[in-house]
Amino acid sequence: MGYCYRYDGTFPGFLCAVRDIYQYHEPPALFLLADDPTPSLYEDRWVATRPVLADRVYDRLHIRMGRRALLMVEEGFLTCVPDREVLLCRFIDFALQTGKGAEKRLDNYAVLELGKAIRHLQRECELLTGFVRFSDYGGLLVGEISPKNRVLPILKVHFCDRMAEETFLLFDRTHGEALLHRPGETQIIPAQDFQPPPPGQEERAYRALWRRFYDTIAIEGRINPKLRQTHMPKRYWAHLTEFQKDDAPSLPSSS
Amino acid sequence: MMEKLTILADAAKYDAACTSSGADRHHQAGMLGSAVSRGCCHTFSADGRCVTLLKVLFSNVCAYDCAYCVNRRSNDVPRCSFTPRELCELTMGFYRRNYIEGLFLSSAVIQNPDYTMELMIKALGMLRREYRFNGYIHAKAIPGCDQRLVWEMGLLADRMSVNIELPSEESLIKLCPDKGKAPILGNMAQIRDGITQSKSELALYKHAPKFAPAGQSTQMIVGATGENDLHILRLTQGLYRRYGLRRVFFSAYMPVGSSPLLPALQSGYQPPLLREHRLYQADWLLRFYQFTAEEILDDAHPNFDPNLDPKCCWALNHPEFFPVEVNKADYEALLRVPGVGVTSARKIIAARRHAKLSFEHLKKLGVVLKRAQYFLLCDGRQMDGLRFKWEVLPSRLTALPDAAAGQQLSLFDAKGA
Repeated sequence: MGYCYRYDGTFPGFLCAVRDIYQYHEPPALFLLADDPTPSLYEDRWVATRPVLADRVYDRLHIRMGRRALLMVEEGFLTCVPDREVLLCRFIDFALQTGKGAEKRLDNYAVLELGKAIRHLQRECELLTGFVRFSDYGGLLVGEISPKNRVLPILKVHFCDRMAEETFLLFDRTHGEALLHRPGETQIIPAQDFQPPPPGQEERAYRALWRRFYDTIAIEGRINPKLRQTHMPKRYWAHLTEFQKDDAPSLPSSS
Repeated sequence: MMEKLTILADAAKYDAACTSSGADRHHQAGMLGSAVSRGCCHTFSADGRCVTLLKVLFSNVCAYDCAYCVNRRSNDVPRCSFTPRELCELTMGFYRRNYIEGLFLSSAVIQNPDYTMELMIKALGMLRREYRFNGYIHAKAIPGCDQRLVWEMGLLADRMSVNIELPSEESLIKLCPDKGKAPILGNMAQIRDGITQSKSELALYKHAPKFAPAGQSTQMIVGATGENDLHILRLTQGLYRRYGLRRVFFSAYMPVGSSPLLPALQSGYQPPLLREHRLYQADWLLRFYQFTAEEILDDAHPNFDPNLDPKCCWALNHPEFFPVEVNKADYEALLRVPGVGVTSARKIIAARRHAKLSFEHLKKLGVVLKRAQYFLLCDGRQMDGLRFKWEVLPSRLTALPDAAAGQQLSLFDAKGA
């Protein structure tokens, strides 16, 4: 019989829960958010998030299971696999028993499943590094995505390097988060219901140019919609400029 | 601007190469952009090809008259050129919005190769120095240009390429009277030497200038002339070995010319897409699977089997090599198994260190057994319930869904012919 752990949904909160599991020998059956009204059949355990404790758990795990396995825990926490916390606990349990190198034991169920979930996350990140579209609002770049996994902490590395000297905002509609970057300062903040302002003249002109380029570059003799959809699943299309309609005039300064 | 972009992107679309891989560069103070070595696709056009770079011609005002090309002098199409500034504005505007990974700049030959190269270098130099662009640039060298211009362009670009255009010298003489094999290979060798030189300088001095850090590539048109697949594959292998190319691209010939020397539209010509696909499959075997051109095809079979991929064909012709024992075979042997790729082979090697693998394990690892089951043993045993004779394998493998898709394509070809 397990217990239902209720925590605040943050990674430090999860680490505190892990500590409680081992402290009181109470295996988890389910994780819920603290403010989730869903009742459960399991006995509730409330986890208080204490950053200092979380840091200690983190360091301890680092020593016991090694850097790579810990990285898997961190990335696994961002995935959208069902019951990811319980899976992570199984993985941690296995890694603590095995010691370093547990992440290579693909014959173990938890390692394999977590590996798959992480690959899904990485694949989505890889696609999104290309599929994010920014719009320019007088120097501020704004982009919007609705990914399945929580990709912002991973996309952060790419975009903050590429556009280090720009100011941009990347809004994750699924998880209600936004990545905010100013030169020298980056943060991920919770954001609900963000609406971008209407685009300006120049922005609309660039969008039109891009749509035209996109339409021109395809070779008529090889049109292959299925292939396109395999590479670029339709759920990403909603946020792609090339599939949006807009009757924008051409660049005002065009020649 | 809209007009120019339409004309010059339309003219550039037959260039196959659109990769942004091979260069790794982080942000630099005062500049915009970075390059990632694995590349990044920004969108996929309606024909399913990846779009990663703003692929345009600098100009389509061409002095040459190559029969297979849309931009040939004798073709009646609207002509125009970008100014360097227009090109820079466009690239930066697209790049900031994350539409593209960088710029792919090619050009028709304006007056002569050297003059064209100078114009392109001027535009690229402006993009790098004035607009502080730090993203990816793929530049085409114009065959027959001066060595110093090649060097200058290589310092600005990440990847350089010279198109070999057609697979043999005879075709080249026949279809493009203005180009020759010697200048093309000459420029290719110059780029190769530039890369070697820059690498050895970089080993000595950290800040030595980088010359085409993402290497060079080339492309050739398949189906416009009569070469067989073995010829093309041998040429490809030679290019990889002798010129150290990163990629050779193939493009199925699209009917854009009306020359009597070309397969014409009227006879119901269909672009050989399946042949192109098989060439790419063989290209992968050359680059990642340690095959040689002579192993894949020989003089008795100089063309690909339309029904089966080259790796399957090789396996069927080498029964003595199989079955392969999953728990003991080395990496090279695993790679030869149809259906087992680089990823699967690596996974098998990593997993078998810890446990003896069975077919169940392979399935869990994600190894696709559809084809591989016929060629593998786990711990001395075949897969449960699998009964077959070697003689029936070709028909079984052709009946698989993938192979059937290939067949459909070839039917499509046959229908057109």
